[in-house]
Amino acid sequence: MGQKTVAETIREITRRHLEGGGMLLGESISAVGWVNNTVPDCKGIVELPMTDVAGSGIAVGAALVGRRPIFVIRFQDFLILNGSPLIFYAAKVKELHGKSAPVFVRAIASEGLGPVHSGVLHSIFMHFPGFRVASPMTPKEYEEVWADYMSNDDPMIVSEHRCSYANSREMEDLIAEDADITLYAISSTRFEAIKAAGQLAGEGIRCNVVHIVWLKPFIVDTRITAPLKSSRLGMVIDPGHEIAGASQALAYMISDATGFRVKALGLRDRTKCLHPPLQNRAPDAKRICEAVREILLEGGKVPL
Amino acid sequence: MRTSYFNVVKNGASIVGPDTALEIFKRICLARSFEAGLIEAVREGFVTAPVYLSMGQEAIAAALSLAIPEFMIFAQHRCHAAYLSFGGNAERLRDELLGLPTGTSGGRAGSNCIQCHDNDVTMHGHHGLIGENVPLAVGAALGSGKPTVCFFGDGAAEEDYVLSGMGFASTHRLPVLFVCEDNNLSILTDVATRRSWSVTKIADALGITNADLSDDPWTLYLTARELKKSLPAFINTFTCRANWHVGIGVDGPPEWDRFEIIRQDLSALGLSKEIAGIEDDARSAMESIWDKKLLQRLSGR
Repeated sequence: MGQKTVAETIREITRRHLEGGGMLLGESISAVGWVNNTVPDCKGIVELPMTDVAGSGIAVGAALVGRRPIFVIRFQDFLILNGSPLIFYAAKVKELHGKSAPVFVRAIASEGLGPVHSGVLHSIFMHFPGFRVASPMTPKEYEEVWADYMSNDDPMIVSEHRCSYANSREMEDLIAEDADITLYAISSTRFEAIKAAGQLAGEGIRCNVVHIVWLKPFIVDTRITAPLKSSRLGMVIDPGHEIAGASQALAYMISDATGFRVKALGLRDRTKCLHPPLQNRAPDAKRICEAVREILLEGGKVPL
Repeated sequence: MRTSYFNVVKNGASIVGPDTALEIFKRICLARSFEAGLIEAVREGFVTAPVYLSMGQEAIAAALSLAIPEFMIFAQHRCHAAYLSFGGNAERLRDELLGLPTGTSGGRAGSNCIQCHDNDVTMHGHHGLIGENVPLAVGAALGSGKPTVCFFGDGAAEEDYVLSGMGFASTHRLPVLFVCEDNNLSILTDVATRRSWSVTKIADALGITNADLSDDPWTLYLTARELKKSLPAFINTFTCRANWHVGIGVDGPPEWDRFEIIRQDLSALGLSKEIAGIEDDARSAMESIWDKKLLQRLSGR
């Protein structure tokens, strides 16, 4: 222990950037908690009025003139409003005009806060050309994503999750000998996949856990394929909606590259409600365990 | 008050002086002659992608290009006149409309997305959401501190993010000149059918210095030179689109013919000979750009 947390890492990166002449824009940044203590109190912070579309356009405009703004979106659901200038301008300007608008979008996800404050929408941005999309859950991963942003000129969607902010540990892939299944976990479900692997081990089911940070570009390299060659079954787990979401997209890509069966596990096709049992929460360890047992029962290790 | 003479200064051409007046006229003629050639190129099938013509509205860009030549530009569709007046290269614009790699965006963007980063001109391309350029311009002014002009139409002015963008510019006193080219039409729906409020009054309420006037270039020139001292500022200028929203068609005669009014103004100053020469020069220059044999070679058609 004694290591930096993800929140502290974000705050330090931000402070470095702002003191070096960068900008940070967002709504109610300096209000209670400074966005879960991820924003430092220093120069370069621009408080936007409560105007999501224009606010996003202002951030993109600042990116267009080279300021490399950090744009904070407190709840990813708001990306539906903020998304227009990001999708239609920032992501297109390079291919259309040979210019760039590298905005670092801190899209923050939560859980249990109801229908429009609990969403995970990174899948939408994977769909459109022109973005880089990542979901770091550890301090080192966040530093790497930031370094990538600073060395590229693409707009970056950083799918954060509040559950990661207190995390100070790095998360290595878990590779089990003669594993029965490989779990590819994204965002908050990475913490749950580790728990699930532990629980399933008690039942004699051996799981690989491969952590997915980069959603786009998603590179199907040997880190992704090698564990599957042994387990011959896989499952991609994502806190966003399963249908047409990151879990299905990545499952298809992995399956297509390896020929092995890879399932998807995400949110059920229902609205997230505020109170249990209708919250439609991201897959937790219990649900992951159930899904793994079901897959193994369905056909075991039979390749496609 | 939508008339050709609303808030227009008397003897404006005389006040700005013959040199400036003739330079404004020259830029108007360049845009008109360019688009005359473009219309023919569309008719002949050389240009097949949608075109958004500035024809009828070109006095606005011509006047402002002399009043605020150093401003960074965020225009939207109907921006050929802004591009040409502020110093964009006509051949590169033609090539963009033809879809050629030598176009302003390599032939990838087209008529409503014109950019310019040559000849000390910085004009950022629009992508097609009307009014998107307003918050972008505001953000660019915030990020760079550079004076910025943003052109948009009376329809775009109704977008919520346009009004919010103007509000942000007011709060932070950003150096942005907002110019609403009010041709009274969104496609073909007039302003009175769409809304009961005035953008100028909104600007006033936001604490933005503003002016409501017709598209008389002399008054626009004088007004912009004053307003640039107290940015952010807003101009709503009544104007008449000569052609369809998109395409080269014509719905009928415009409410007024600004080009003819300008000619009369300059003739009244004894500049008939000069304006005839300018018109001939512009026509000749643009005829060579739109030469049919050249177009056949460039377009492969």
